[in-house]
Amino acid sequence: MANYTLDITKEHCPMTFVKTKIELSKLKTGDVLEVLLTEGEPLENVPRSATEQGFKVLSVTKTETEGVHKVTIEK
Amino acid sequence: MATPDIKLDSNTKKLSIISFSGDFDKLTAVFTLATGAAAVGYEVNLFFTFWGLDAIKIKQGRSPIGKGFLPKVFGVFMGGLKSAPVSRLNFAGISPKIFRYLMRKNNVATLEELVEAAKILGINFYACEMAMHVLGLNKEDFIPEVKDVLGVATFLKLAEGGQTLFI
Repeated sequence: MANYTLDITKEHCPMTFVKTKIELSKLKTGDVLEVLLTEGEPLENVPRSATEQGFKVLSVTKTETEGVHKVTIEK
Repeated sequence: MATPDIKLDSNTKKLSIISFSGDFDKLTAVFTLATGAAAVGYEVNLFFTFWGLDAIKIKQGRSPIGKGFLPKVFGVFMGGLKSAPVSRLNFAGISPKIFRYLMRKNNVATLEELVEAAKILGINFYACEMAMHVLGLNKEDFIPEVKDVLGVATFLKLAEGGQTLFI
């Protein structure tokens, strides 16, 4: 079970969830991906589309950086 | 956990786009929609026809490819992705350069990045048989990701049950 991180705080639509999807597809079952993203469009769409596609969103937490959140997704 | 990228249930999420215009801005729209949809689990089909065929040629840059004199002439005019014009206010070709610069500066994906993402996401690329014949091209002239050369009937069958856009 491996842990990976992806920082998409500088990305805009559609690359936010496109990059997330590409990273998730490289993972094996049980692997976890931590995604750092910004409030607004990414925070709305990334966790929801991950759940819709059968991934498990383990947590959505605020980080110390203003406006940046961490979403933990398990395959 | 579901590992396939395509989840088929009674509500299949499918998007098919006919890419007719070879313009830079319209191609950007095609690939933004395609990659965005694929990233949220849609099955995506792209059908390139007429000017759209320019976007999927292997040989980038202006070169006289195609069978016959007239197709070769157009081959020189149609230089692939890098020389795709903007649909308005092209200013003799400066605008695509300006837009690429603005996109890079604002960290928005450029057309080339979107095309690469589309390949990684397993989006289906198809070429239009009719347009191919007119322009004297064949399957080998296109990027390897082009799954097949299709006609209208096959494309419509593929697009059945999903949404279809003409760009």
